[in-house]
Amino acid sequence: MTLLCLNDVSKIFGGLIAINDLSFNVEEGSIVGLIGPNGAGKTTVFNCITGNYTPETGSIFFDSKPIAGLPPHRIVELGIARTFQTIRLFGRLPVLENVLAGRHCRMKAGILSCMLHTAPQRREEREAVARCMEELRFVGLADNYSEPAGGLSYGNQRLLEIARALASDPRLIILDEPAGGMNDQETAALVDTIRHIRNRGITVLLIEHDMRLVMKICEKLIVLEHGAMIAQGKPEDVRRNPDVIEAYLGADDAQW
Amino acid sequence: MKLQDLRTPISVGLAIVLLVLPLVCNAYWLDVCVSIGLYALLALSLNVILGQAGIFHMGHAAFFAVGAYTTAVLNTLYHWPVLWTMPLAGVAAALFAMAVARPIIHLRGDYLLIVTIGIVEIVRIALLNDVAGLTGGSNGIFGIARPTLFGFRISKGVQFYYLVWCMVGVSLLLFRCLWQSRFGRALNYIKEDDIAAEGCGVNVTRYKLAAFVLGAFWAGMAGTVYAAKMTTIAPESFNFMESVIIFAVVILSGGSQLGVLISAFLFIGLPELLREFHDARMLIFGFAMMAMMVWRPQGLLPPLRRRYRVAENSSSQGVSPKDVWNDSAVSE
Ligand SMILES: Nc1ncnc2c1ncn2[C@@H]1O[C@H](COP(=O)(O)OP(=O)(O)O)[C@@H](O)[C@H]1O
Ligand SMILES: [Mg+2]
Repeated sequence: MTLLCLNDVSKIFGGLIAINDLSFNVEEGSIVGLIGPNGAGKTTVFNCITGNYTPETGSIFFDSKPIAGLPPHRIVELGIARTFQTIRLFGRLPVLENVLAGRHCRMKAGILSCMLHTAPQRREEREAVARCMEELRFVGLADNYSEPAGGLSYGNQRLLEIARALASDPRLIILDEPAGGMNDQETAALVDTIRHIRNRGITVLLIEHDMRLVMKICEKLIVLEHGAMIAQGKPEDVRRNPDVIEAYLGADDAQW
Repeated sequence: MKLQDLRTPISVGLAIVLLVLPLVCNAYWLDVCVSIGLYALLALSLNVILGQAGIFHMGHAAFFAVGAYTTAVLNTLYHWPVLWTMPLAGVAAALFAMAVARPIIHLRGDYLLIVTIGIVEIVRIALLNDVAGLTGGSNGIFGIARPTLFGFRISKGVQFYYLVWCMVGVSLLLFRCLWQSRFGRALNYIKEDDIAAEGCGVNVTRYKLAAFVLGAFWAGMAGTVYAAKMTTIAPESFNFMESVIIFAVVILSGGSQLGVLISAFLFIGLPELLREFHDARMLIFGFAMMAMMVWRPQGLLPPLRRRYRVAENSSSQGVSPKDVWNDSAVSE
């Protein structure tokens, strides 16, 4: 089943066409990679999907519902969670509260129940904490739950962003350069984590510069250049595509 | 010894002092303490907006005014008992806050600050101009009745003292609970990084508005107490300076509720203590504030961390944590 579908999506920044009539599908349960040289428009595509930008043209469907132009928090509620390329944690708040931020949209207590700490509110709070601790265990940060998030290593901060995204019960998780700032060992662990995420039934769409990682875990690749798609398909086919080879020639990250 | 470690003794000491104060104070100082209580109420409610959500709102006196005038009008014109007007004063201020905050809530920091200052001025000038023929222009409204509680008439200073400080006590409890909940966390996420908060699923606009409306509701109720105590209210009681003082109390406090109380005592009590210095008193007060900001730029007492009950044992189990979710169907 197609979970996410982009139709002729364009995004323009003051004359610069960042994305140009882009269309692609993401099948439910797959791991899809979005790759391309720096400035190709990958992050912009993510921002259109997550509601941070409204595309100028085209439509985006998630589970057959149109989502282009909805505010980001609505899109999270519908089941798309994200991480940021430039890490955006709540650095001064403890690790656990960062994950609770992702859980927020699945909690219901209103302002009055929060002021009175009613029984349902306390139960919900307990369940949320337990669930978020489970997500921290999943990414291996449970022991750090009370530390301020800003004190974690970059690699761990990326994992914490993943835990925060997972806490919102997403059907699709969007990872923007999750291996950025990670060493080889952490990257290898990340590959496992991403596979485990998929095994939980969550579809994964990721941007990554580390081509070894992309080749290893993605079932489908979409290659962007200057905001347009130049190839898509299985990793082994894409890497032999002459257009792709040309786009990457001379680029630093052409380490296939 | 750090100030943070002294929280418990300070809280207990403050509570005892507040309870016995009316026994030792003369009428003048009791009056000052009622004032401090009112400012504490206002600052506690502003703390939700400014301290928790980081919204730079310097117009709290406007909501205070809406509450006070609602009570005054309902009591003098329609003869409602004063305390019955309190919920309505809160609601009126909250509705007013909703109406004015909606179009400006997306503004940031300094821009919002300027617009909220504008709101205080608009309210004051509207009151001066006798809106709808109800507010009595620059003379304000006279003859507001004394409140009665369960048939008991509140008119003496000491009675107002206990009324105000009971309200402060209840507010402390309610706002503390609010802080330790998803609502309080949402406000903190917004303060830290509103784009990240929205991106994790927090409806940023809604929570900012909710903080505003809640703070205004409280300021409106404080307005009722003020109107009842003064029996006369006039536009000049709700000028920009009042807003600045409430704002400064919250900034000086550092963001915790205990900090707000201490800060209210310093801000309202200190100038009174310095009265014997006559003209120099505001100068001394100003220097004291400057010294504070240099000595403790983070404010008196920043909020503590929230506490969570976490099942510690489960994180140190022998099994690989990832096994929890592992699906054996897919092998590496
Ligand atoms: N908010 C923005 N305003 C203006 N230009 C932008 C903005 N975001 C991205 N761009 C431009 O759009 C192009 C694509 O950027 P981006 O999506 O970040 O690329 P990538 O993630 O593939 O490296 C770049 O030329 C970038 O400068
Ligand atoms: Mg990018």
